[in-house]
Amino acid sequence: MLLQIGFLYLATVIVFCALMVILSKNPVHSALFMLPLFFHVAGIFIMLNAEFVAAVQVLVYAGAILVMFLFVVMLLNVGKEEGGKRFQSNWPITAMLGIMLTGFLLSVLVSSQFTGTNGTYTIEEVAKLGNAQAVGKVLYTEFLFPFEIASVILLVAMVGAIVLAKKKLD
Amino acid sequence: MVPLSWYIGLSAVVFCLGMVGVLTRRNIIIIFLSIELMLNAVNISLVAFSHFLNSMRGQVFVFFIMAVAAAEAAIGLAIIISLNRNKETLNTAEINLLKW
Repeated sequence: MLLQIGFLYLATVIVFCALMVILSKNPVHSALFMLPLFFHVAGIFIMLNAEFVAAVQVLVYAGAILVMFLFVVMLLNVGKEEGGKRFQSNWPITAMLGIMLTGFLLSVLVSSQFTGTNGTYTIEEVAKLGNAQAVGKVLYTEFLFPFEIASVILLVAMVGAIVLAKKKLD
Repeated sequence: MVPLSWYIGLSAVVFCLGMVGVLTRRNIIIIFLSIELMLNAVNISLVAFSHFLNSMRGQVFVFFIMAVAAAEAAIGLAIIISLNRNKETLNTAEINLLKW
């Protein structure tokens, strides 16, 4: 019962923050509404026994990506939208499309059984090892090659960001 | 005990909100924020399945999605900075040089 109340609180704040992100006039307000959203998504991860992923979520999303967004927004000096137009001219069609897609997805979910082959990392076994160690056991054995590729992706991102954003010295 | 369909329902709602944000707004920074919203929704769904199927693979995949999201946010913001240097606007309706 307490878990359900906790989930309903987290879900309400997440959906409210998501709505305010897409509806705000000021882009700085939108970026700041993402911050409670990231923290509450980390709360949902903790409810799902994924503490390592929750910590990485707070560190990476709230601590790096959002800070980068705010840097860029402050650098470009984005004020309130001059001209006042928030939405593109097709917004009624897109809003209706979004509502229809949400309704369709939720109606499929209500009447479906989720089955799949159970893995071996039950909650008790993960609790014995610790969540970070359990993630590490799978990450460095089964997913070693994608791990190395992820490091190459980050290197490319670093080089690309510097090349794209630096001033031309001439 | 929270059933699995609640988590997937939350993920679906947040994903659709992010999608509407990408398709509807004019400001390019908010379009990027909506893309991050969609990625977060998928993360919730993956971790929920990882919990309910007693597997670690969902969480490892979330790890990779976060790494790729960080890389993509960095490059996307660098593109926005260089775009702003050339065109001095953040309104996607005004970036129409290729329009015939």
